[in-house]
Amino acid sequence: MDVWLFVFDLVLILTLLWLAWRTLVASDLFKSIVLFIAFGLLLALAWVRLDAPDVALAEAAIGAGLTGALLLTTLAKLKSQSKPQKSDHE
Amino acid sequence: MNKASSILLLALLASLAVVLGYAVLSLPGQADGLADTVAAQMDSSGVSHPVTAVLLNFRGYDTLLEMAVLLLALFGVWSLAPQAHAGMSATSAGPVLTALFRLLTPVMILVAGYLLWVGAHAPGGAFQAGSVLAAAGVLMLLCGKRLGGRLAGWPLRVGLVLGTAMFVAVAAAVMLGGAHLLQYPIEWASGLILLIEAAATLSIGITLIALFLGVRPITGQQP
Repeated sequence: MDVWLFVFDLVLILTLLWLAWRTLVASDLFKSIVLFIAFGLLLALAWVRLDAPDVALAEAAIGAGLTGALLLTTLAKLKSQSKPQKSDHE
Repeated sequence: MNKASSILLLALLASLAVVLGYAVLSLPGQADGLADTVAAQMDSSGVSHPVTAVLLNFRGYDTLLEMAVLLLALFGVWSLAPQAHAGMSATSAGPVLTALFRLLTPVMILVAGYLLWVGAHAPGGAFQAGSVLAAAGVLMLLCGKRLGGRLAGWPLRVGLVLGTAMFVAVAAAVMLGGAHLLQYPIEWASGLILLIEAAATLSIGITLIALFLGVRPITGQQP
C-alpha cells in the first residue's frame, strides 16, 4: 500500500515538473494556458496528498478554474486588439 | 539575448536556487508551529474547523485585507478597461451551452451554499463558495447573457462592496461592546462568522465575475 502511494507521489511530482516546464516553453499561448490549467488541477491533487483539503479546494476552484478562464479572456482580447480586422472566436 | 547575458542569467538563477535550497535545509526539522495554540483556543472561535477559525477569527484581519485587495484589483481593471458598449452583448451561444447553463446553474448555486455552510466544521468556506458562484457567472457570460441596465448600476456596486463592508461593520461593531477590533463575543462568534462569510461569498463571486467580464458594465443612463 505504502509502495503504491510512494509511486503515485513520484509520478505526480514528475508530471507536475514536466507540465510546468511545458507551460513555460510552449510557443503557443493558448497551449500554455491549457497546460497551466492542467498543472493547477494536478497541484490540487498534490495538496490533497499533503492533507490540506482546504488549499486543494481553493487551488482547484481559483487557481485552475478561474485563473484559467481569466487568462483565456485576456488572450482573446489581446488577439482582437492586435488584429482588429480578423473576427475572433468568442 | 547574447551569450554573455544568458550565462549571467544562468549564474544568477543558480545562486538563487542555492540560496533557496540552503533556506529550506536550515529550517528546523520538526517545527511545532501554531497548531497546538489553535487547538487549545478552538472552543472560543465559534466554529469547529481549525482553518475557518484561523481565517475568520484568529487572523480575521488578514482575511479582511484580502477582501479589500480583491476589490482594489477590480477597481484597477475598471479604471483601465473601456466601458462596455451595447454591441458586445449581442453574441449568443449554441443550444448545447445554453442548456448546460440552465442545468448546471442551480446545482452550482446549491454547491456554493453547501460549501459556505460546511465551512464551519469541514473544508469549505467563503472563497471556495464564492469561486463556485463565479464559475456559474462565467458560464452565464459565455452564454452571451449580460446584466440588464438596471441591475448593472448601484445594485452591482452594493454587491461588490457588501463582503468588505459587512466585515468592517462587524469588526467595528464589536468595539462598541468594549472588545478589540474583530474580537467577537464568544456566544455570538458562530453567527457573526456565518454572516461575514455569507456576505463575502456573494461579493467574491460578483467580483470574480466582473473581473472575467473585464469591462465596466453598461449602466442604465448611457445613451
